[in-house]
This record gives sequence, C-alpha cells and structure tokens, in this order.
Amino acid sequence: MKYLHLVWASLFRRKTRTVLTLVSIIAAFLLFGLLDAVRTSFTQAGQSANGAARLQTGSKLSFIQTLPKSLLAQIERVDGVKAVTHANWFGGAYQDPHNQVFSFAVAPNYLDLYPEIVVGEAERKAFTATRTGALIGERLAQKFGWKVGDHVPLQSQIFPDKSGSKNWQFDIVGIMHSSDKKTGGFYDQMFLLNWKYFDDTTPYNQGSVGWYVTRVVDVNQADRVAKAIDALSANSDHETRTQTEQAATASWMKQLADIGLIVGSIMGAVFFTLLLLSGNTMMQAVRERTSEIAVLKTIGFSSRSVLAMVLAESVLLLMLGGLVGLGLATVVIPAISAGSGGMLNLPSVGAGSWVLGLALMASIGFAVGALPAWNAMRLNIVDALARR
Amino acid sequence: MRWLVNVLLFVFMLVVMALWVMLPWYAAIVLTLLLAAWLLLTRRGRQALSVANVGISTLGQRLGSTAVIVVGIAGVVGVLVALLSMAEGYAETLRKTGSTDTAIVMRGASASEVASVLDRDSVTLIQQAPGIARNDKGEPIASNELVVAANLPIKGGGPDEAGSVQLRGVSEQTWTVRPQVKIVAGKRFTPGLRELVVGRGAAKQFAGLEPGQEVRLGTQKWTVAGVFASGDAMESEIWGDASVVADTYRRGSSRASVTVRLADPQAFDAFKTALESNPQLKVDVTTTLAYFSKQSEGVTKVLRIIGITVGTIMAIGAMFGALNTMFAAVAARAREIATLRAIGFPGLPVVVAVMLETMLLALIGGIIGGLLAYLIFNGYGASTMAAGSVGKLSFELRVSPDLLWTGLKWALAIGFIGGLFPAMRAARLPVTTALREL
Repeated sequence: MKYLHLVWASLFRRKTRTVLTLVSIIAAFLLFGLLDAVRTSFTQAGQSANGAARLQTGSKLSFIQTLPKSLLAQIERVDGVKAVTHANWFGGAYQDPHNQVFSFAVAPNYLDLYPEIVVGEAERKAFTATRTGALIGERLAQKFGWKVGDHVPLQSQIFPDKSGSKNWQFDIVGIMHSSDKKTGGFYDQMFLLNWKYFDDTTPYNQGSVGWYVTRVVDVNQADRVAKAIDALSANSDHETRTQTEQAATASWMKQLADIGLIVGSIMGAVFFTLLLLSGNTMMQAVRERTSEIAVLKTIGFSSRSVLAMVLAESVLLLMLGGLVGLGLATVVIPAISAGSGGMLNLPSVGAGSWVLGLALMASIGFAVGALPAWNAMRLNIVDALARR
Repeated sequence: MRWLVNVLLFVFMLVVMALWVMLPWYAAIVLTLLLAAWLLLTRRGRQALSVANVGISTLGQRLGSTAVIVVGIAGVVGVLVALLSMAEGYAETLRKTGSTDTAIVMRGASASEVASVLDRDSVTLIQQAPGIARNDKGEPIASNELVVAANLPIKGGGPDEAGSVQLRGVSEQTWTVRPQVKIVAGKRFTPGLRELVVGRGAAKQFAGLEPGQEVRLGTQKWTVAGVFASGDAMESEIWGDASVVADTYRRGSSRASVTVRLADPQAFDAFKTALESNPQLKVDVTTTLAYFSKQSEGVTKVLRIIGITVGTIMAIGAMFGALNTMFAAVAARAREIATLRAIGFPGLPVVVAVMLETMLLALIGGIIGGLLAYLIFNGYGASTMAAGSVGKLSFELRVSPDLLWTGLKWALAIGFIGGLFPAMRAARLPVTTALREL
C-alpha cells in the first residue's frame, strides 16, 4: 500500500497512452455490463419465490388449446392447493394489428394469486364491479398515455363479438404496479379484463379456459400437486400439462434463444482483444522504464517488490477502466429501458455481475501484467543501466 | 488555436464517416483508383508512397503492437458480421417462404395465421374468386389450411422437456401450391389418416420425427410418413391432413387461411379486389411474399439494433487501441519523420503515409474478421420462437457479400480515425524539437 503513489505515478507516466487504453477497457466492461444484464434478465425471468409456488396448467396438446371450466372445481379439491384461478389469452392490439398488447381475460380472484402485483383496494373493487373494466400495468399506461377513467378500444386478433366485430370497448379502472421490478417487469405491461365479459361477448369461447394458475400451500409439495392435477384429466380429450411458473418460463426463454452462448461468444472476442491491447500497453510501459527499474533496484528495492509493483500497476489499470465501464453500464441500462418505451426491460447491473466483473478485471490484470512483471524482476541492473 | 483545429478535425471526421457509411462499393473502387493514381503519378504521391514503404517494411519488427490493431478490428468485424448475419438469415428464411405468385387469404385484421379463423362458407367463396390458377381437371389450385401448435419432446432435452412446433393442416392441393416442397425421406401423408410429414428443420429439433415412428399429440398417436425439405420457414413445421388436424383440435370445418396459386403475378390485383369487395367476406388478401416479409420485420429490426450497438461499443474500444499503437509508432519514428521534414518533405506525404499504414492494418483486420465470421457462421443453424407463429423457426445464419462489405467499411472507418490523429501529430511536430529528442 505504501507504494501506491509510485504505482500511480508510473501508470500515468504517459498520460495519452494510459487514457487511450483506459477508454478501450471502459468500452469492454460497458459491453460486459450490458450483455450480462441481458443474460440475467433471461435467466431470472420467473425465478422468484412466488414463481416457485405457482403452478401453470395448460393443455397438453398445445398452448393455444383451451380447457373446460369444469376442471376448476376439481383442481380446488386437490390436496395441497391453496387457491386456483384461470385466464385466457385475449390477443388484443391497439390501433394497428401489429401493435400488440399483452392482454388476458382473467377470473375475479386472479390478483389474489399474484401478491407481487400491487393494486389499490378501491381499484380492485371497481374492476370486479365494472363489466367492461380493465386493469393496466404502469408501463402500458405510460406507453399509450392512458389513465383511470379512460374509455379505450382494443382490437382482438382472435375473438369477434356476437355481431362479428373484433373491436372491444374497455373502461380503465386501475393501474397495476409490480413490487419486484427485477423478476416482475412483465406485469407492468399487462392488460387485464374480466373473464365474464369476455366469455359473454364472444361466441367462440363458450365457457372454456386458456390455462389455470394454482398456488400451492407448500412449495416442496409443488411437484406432487402438479402430478395430481394432471392425473385429473388423464386419458380424457383434454389432457393437461402442469409445471411450476419457474420451469415454464425457463423453458420458454430457452426456446426463444440460447442467450448464454451468444453473450459468451461476444464476450470471448471482446476480452481476447482486451488482453492483447492492455498487454501491449504494459509491455511498452515496462520497456521504456527499463533504466528507472534498474535505478529502483539499485537503491534497494527487492526483485519481488518490483514484480509486485508492475503487477499492481496492470491490475490497477484494469480496475480503473473496469469500474468506470461497469459504473457506466449501471447508468446507461435504466436509460435504455426507459428509452425503449417498455420494449426492453433490463435489470440493472446486479451483485452477480459485479462479482464476475471484478474477478475478470483482476484476472485479466494479472494475466497481462505477468510477462512484463517477470521481465522486470529478472532485470539485471548492470545490463539495464548500460543499455545492453 | 490548436484546440480549434482539433475540433474542426473532429467535425471533418464525422462528415467523412457519414458519407462513408452511405458509400456503395463501386464508389469505393473509384476512390481507391483515384488514390492509387495520385500515389503513383504525382510527385507528392510518390513521396507519400516511399515514406509509407518505410513504415510498412518495419511492421514485422513491431508485431505485438501491430497485432493490437489487426486483432482488435478483426474482433469488431467478426462480431458485427455474425450478429447481422443472424438478422439477415432470419429475414431471408421468411422472405423465401413467400412468393409473388401465391397469395394468402385470412380473416380481416389478423396479424398472423394462428389468429385467423375462416368459416366453411368463406373458404368456399374464396376458392371461387377470379385469378386463381387451375389444374388439369379445372379445379382451383388452393390449399385450405389450419395452423395450430403441438407440444413435442425436444431432442437432447430432459424427459419432461417439451417444445412447441407449428402444426399445419393442409389440403391435397398444397403440393401444387408450393412446388418447392419436396419429400426427401418416406412418403406423403395419406389423407384421412393420422399421418404427418415433418419439415427437415423440425426433425432436427424434436425427438422421434423419423419416417415410420409414432408421436403423441395429446392423447392421440400419429405416424410420421415422411420428411420434407423446402429451404424456407415451412421446414420448421409439421404437416397433416387439414380435416384430421381440425378433428384433433376440435375446430370443426373452420380453417385459418387459404393459400392460392395465382394464374400469374398480375392476377393478384383482380383477386384481391374481388375478395375485398365481396360483402359476404371480411378478409385480408396479401401475396405470401408481403405476408412473410412483414412477419420478419420486428425481429430483424431488433437483431440489427443489437448488432449495431454491440459493434459500436467494440469499435470504440478497437479505435482507441489503434490510436494507441499508432501514436507509439509515430513517437518511435519521430526522428526519421523530422529528418524527412528537414530535407524538404512537406507535411502531406507524412500524413498520408501514416494513414496508409493504419488503413492497411485495418483492412487486414477487416478481412480476417469477415473471413472468420464467414467460415464459422455462414450456414450455422439457429432457431427461435418466430413472431406470428406458434413454433420454433429454424434458420441459417447468412453472411452475404453485402454484410462483408459493411464489415470492411467499419474496419476502414476505425483505421481512418485511428490513423488520423497520430498522423496529424507526426506532421505537426516541430522539426527542431524532434531532432533534438533522444
């Protein structure tokens, strides 16, 4: 520690070179922060305690197939089930068919199973009481500038009403906020409507249900309950498939893209380049200080402390750049999330990313410092001073 | 004063970059020829060339720092091209699925086939519209189709791991509507039976999709009759007889869409007008080319934005690496350069020489990066849940010449900026100071 100012001075001996190298390191770690956030947002989706305690039951045939409503009472009687609710995919779009809104027709008790969605008591009452009522996520409200009391038309891509028109009218009665932004960002973009209104209006549903959501009493019993629910409809014409919300989300994300592989390969290319670049800087830095290091040794610095100082210099270089880069990522990510208008919802740089980032900085620092530090340690005073 | 010059230089650089991005390849060739002519034919040019020669011939001795530029730029170009080839491959696969001489009819305002429902009467009416090609027997060549999803076990996945595949119920005419679809193993399904033909892409992703095998769709057992290849998005689907699929999925006599072969591409307008002006129908008519291109728009845009963002951040890193190396190179040669200036070389040849050196290294880096991306990723199989469909879409990454050109442009742009500032410093260095330096 007492040599810190010496290390610092030698690091900034050539300001231009150090600053240019630092910018490269900052760029690399900024990218690392962004990509790791994307990766975490994929792996963390649905990985909450609530997600482990909720089961999703859908048709075994495919996710677009519906189930009979009679199953509701049967599931409620399964041992270990705390509460059951159900929902249908509504397929709403606003103004343009490609302007999709995540809209679901849900049972009145739907929100009871999602304690992480925060809605005012009065707003919930209004939702149950208003036939055409709708609850919307805060991001969705921002996106279209909707507020409570607004009368909004949605076009369903799938379901016409009895007259064949696919234009549906809704009255917004409340705004939903998700209490856990990290895993529940999706809830802020939802549009919930009353299942009863949906079922009464379209002639195509006739009392069927898209999927059931079950909350279990004990998380450790989730697998057993899931099997028991599937057993209810075994060998019928509506066999079901029940998974925890965690497993279901993870499987969807996996089908979307192998994000780990993509992020891994990009970062591999980036860090390989970085290794070469900062390695080159360190080699140059030590080479041009040959005579200074010889002087240091002459006045009594041990070979080992010279080694340590050069290593400290390269680790310091990487740490400086890396911390600024990751810090920049922390600032930039919320800006991107806000700028994309809810399209992208990235978690901020989490503790895991910081730890991984710090480990990378230290190991790259050691790797690039090793060779020049070794050379500096082995330096022969007489040869170096004589410029041989 | 000096700051002002630097600011002006920066603005100049931005303008050059903006023009550069829009430059087509033939304009670049003209530029290169002009530069070559200037180098070879004018006195200043020949001076620049000889100074550049000195720099380039010593590159071998500075292998480490030279590699920083080459590898740094190769990394940027490789990653950029690979990411953009994903967008390109995805768009290309969907674009190929459509053509201008087939049209798809869906219920009005349906964003995709999955969301569309046509009742039996509409399907019959659609087939009677003018402009549809007819076969030898005089029947309209039209396939009434139903698009649903099916859960199948994923190849190499856990015992309970299922993925979603798009199941298309087709009528017999489909083979005439889509002549690009060829059976490569087994045979076609027999109408009326629970038989499937599976796309090559689907067979690669899901377990048990081989001719003669049985798969379970819900409680029912279906037999795989054959495997087909079409070279487009259809390959990711599995097909069965529409009426049998409708039975399994309890869809009665309704269908999702009708795909027709037009008598010729010009017949489309008449076909569209006839259907859309029919008061009994409420349908949207598009050519399949327009339909599938539209489906790929959103995903392609997102992939492109990701590619360019990642590329830009990496490019900034590589640019500063190049700046660093070239500043060091110029500093090491400060004496030589000052000597040249002292014996009467003007500043311009020195600037051009440093720029030439950097651009050459950037070019090598760009070529290596592009080549690597081409060798590794061209034809690389990828898959994702496709927009507007309910199954995984397999596609191949496609490194097109256009993309390689884009990559080279990026490489040269990085080289240009990385060389410009060190070159300016070399030319500005006061001769006396430089000569006196060590």
